[in-house]
Amino acid sequence: MDDSLSETPAAGEDPAAGPPAASEDLAAGPAPAAVPAPVPAPIPVPASGLPAGPHPLAGHGGPSPLRIPVHVRAGFLIPAALILLAIIIYPAVDSVWLSLHNHDGSKWVGLSNYKTLFTDQATLKALKNNVIWVVCAPTIACALGLMFALLSEKIRWSTAFKAIIFMPMAISFLAAGVIFELVYQQDPHQGVANAVAVGVHDTFAPSSKYPGAHPRPDHAKPASGGSFTSVDTYTAGSIANVPLVGIQAAKLPGKAAQAAAPAAAPAADQIEGTVWLDIIYGGGGKPNQLDPGKKGMPGISVKAIDTATGKSAGSASAHNDGTFTIKGLKPGVKYALEIPGSNFAEPYRGIQWLGPSLVTPAIIASYLWIWAGFAMVLIAAGLASIPRELQEAARVDGANERQIFWRITVPLLAPVLLVVLVTQIINVLKVFDLVYVIAPGSTLPDANVLAVHMWSVSFGGAQDQGLGSAIGVFLYVLVLPAMYFNIRRLRNEKKEGR
Amino acid sequence: MSVTRPVAVPGRVPLGTRVAKRLTGGALYIIVLVVGVIWLIPTLGLFISSFRKASDITGSGWWTVFTHPAQLTFKDYTDIFSNKGIIQSLWNTVLITVPATALVVFLGALAAYAFAWIDFRGRDWLFVVVVGLMVVPIQVALLPVASLYGKLHIFGTILGVVMFHVGFGLPFAIYLLRNFFAAIPRELLEATRMEGGSEWTIFRKVIVPLGLPAIASLAIFQFLWVWNDLLVALVFSNAKTQPLTVALQSNMRQFGSNIDILAPGAFLSLSVPLIVFFAFQRYFVQGLMAGSVKG
Repeated sequence: MDDSLSETPAAGEDPAAGPPAASEDLAAGPAPAAVPAPVPAPIPVPASGLPAGPHPLAGHGGPSPLRIPVHVRAGFLIPAALILLAIIIYPAVDSVWLSLHNHDGSKWVGLSNYKTLFTDQATLKALKNNVIWVVCAPTIACALGLMFALLSEKIRWSTAFKAIIFMPMAISFLAAGVIFELVYQQDPHQGVANAVAVGVHDTFAPSSKYPGAHPRPDHAKPASGGSFTSVDTYTAGSIANVPLVGIQAAKLPGKAAQAAAPAAAPAADQIEGTVWLDIIYGGGGKPNQLDPGKKGMPGISVKAIDTATGKSAGSASAHNDGTFTIKGLKPGVKYALEIPGSNFAEPYRGIQWLGPSLVTPAIIASYLWIWAGFAMVLIAAGLASIPRELQEAARVDGANERQIFWRITVPLLAPVLLVVLVTQIINVLKVFDLVYVIAPGSTLPDANVLAVHMWSVSFGGAQDQGLGSAIGVFLYVLVLPAMYFNIRRLRNEKKEGR
Repeated sequence: MSVTRPVAVPGRVPLGTRVAKRLTGGALYIIVLVVGVIWLIPTLGLFISSFRKASDITGSGWWTVFTHPAQLTFKDYTDIFSNKGIIQSLWNTVLITVPATALVVFLGALAAYAFAWIDFRGRDWLFVVVVGLMVVPIQVALLPVASLYGKLHIFGTILGVVMFHVGFGLPFAIYLLRNFFAAIPRELLEATRMEGGSEWTIFRKVIVPLGLPAIASLAIFQFLWVWNDLLVALVFSNAKTQPLTVALQSNMRQFGSNIDILAPGAFLSLSVPLIVFFAFQRYFVQGLMAGSVKG
């Protein structure tokens, strides 16, 4: 494996200074054909804002022109120019024209498509989601990238770590979509995200063993929270039978034993009884009787409620044969038995990742999985280019690590962070594949973004060229500041270089 | 007696600090480990799922293979390799990616050479235009190019998909290569000229060999860009010319029932970029880094 991920430029060497280093190597090369293989390719962008090394054009006075006949010049330029004209320039202009027309381009409608863009509910939703994307994704990607870059500086096998984080960059959004569709599967037995969610949930709040079980309606009435309260009342010293139905005998835990009546008569301050499943697998037996074949329901908790005050006076949990003993009751008081709803709660099924409310954050998470590595590599290159002496000097002057980080490292990294942010914003504005692939049809409207909406409006059924073009043009306008940013950076590079 | 007094050795860190460092070092490795595992698990899940039967995938988690390895099978792969549609689409991906990469590299190198070493009026201004074109979103061109292709009768053809990729690949190609070519020492070009070499000879014998690192970065970047594309092919290809990404995408809506196609198909689709990634990591990273300006 190549080790470019672990490569840290020598002190003082700008990570972006591929070209100068390369040109030296090239100049030293004996013959044009014998290029030293590991010449670093130029990285014109990433750290260009850092204290830059000499521009490629520096050193030999820049590429001053050679005198060349017109047809030769044309031969080099024209193929590319023609394609650029046909595929980008003319279409971009034509889109503006189309956006001022109706759905099939037959009628001039002025700015009405742009008005639709800001009034139509579906489009507004897409716009709103784009705002969420632009606010969250680039900043989090940047923060993760910075964190990972700092981490990888401090560990020994940083190459492997960086390769793992960077690897998703090679994967298509479609494959990433399939990958995360699997991760986000609703069933905790399929989706790893919900498997973890359920695992964590059940660790802190164990799920019930008897979902769906309940007393017969003539025995108890349902109360709040899925609880049941007995119709009959009991006094201390008596026996209470609690037959339950509603689940299959096969679902009982293995330790459930033949249901039995309490072995001894209850003491004066106790209520004793049995909780059992009042069904025999395969039929037989009589309701409300402890027939052979009926099993106790171990673990079911039963509460004694003082009917006068409505307060709980004691509780107990059933043994393997279903028997329970509630102790510490007062003689003469009438108690109702309550079976709390927690006995019957449906098991926790995990989070609906791709449901309407979480679909956008879930897709943003998959985006971060892909792009954090990109931010990390750029920022790591920037970190490596910060002169160690500055940090050392600050340390000697008594600055603590946090001060060094915020007052020296971050300001010096600012240009790189800006490049990462701008790049990510452009990316995020145009995000299409991930949303289109991951969002299920039912929640696609909730996850919609402009690029996806543009596709659905233009090609996905509506065939509205006017609105589609208006969205395209609008996206174009949104990236214009980035275009300005790039051009200005190019200008600066040139100025520094010459 | 003063000799036995422990003398603070310069550079020796006090014990307390050392212990603290060791502890934070341990925490650091745990964080790194956790992050690494989180980043690996999604891909691992797909990889393992692609070796399980559809009924197993929908019935239990892929992690159960660690306790029940017997469920692993090549069936999904043998099925997908005998699936004519998928194989055709894989072939289409190659037919689209190879020419789209070669053309961008070739035409981009020609133009980059002109921008670097041939003087013509408005050169700097035109280069600014090229830089500006790098961030143009493809959405702005989809509809007009679709109707242009309709008129030229190349809508739905591989040629159409290729030409669109070439168009949107060129600005970045020109930008990247021009910066590199401009750094080539002038004397080398002039020497070739002295020997009577034409511009074409200079391009072939000097620029291309010396610019190879940049050309490699560009080629890898463009290759991955096109190989991984979904949107362009979704618009400009049809059922016969669609690449693997589009073919798989059409199976996404019934995710559960098509998982036996999707899992191995997606892994097939990502294995080529992964091989490229591990084989040419240096150029790959540099190409992507340089490509960060591209929209």
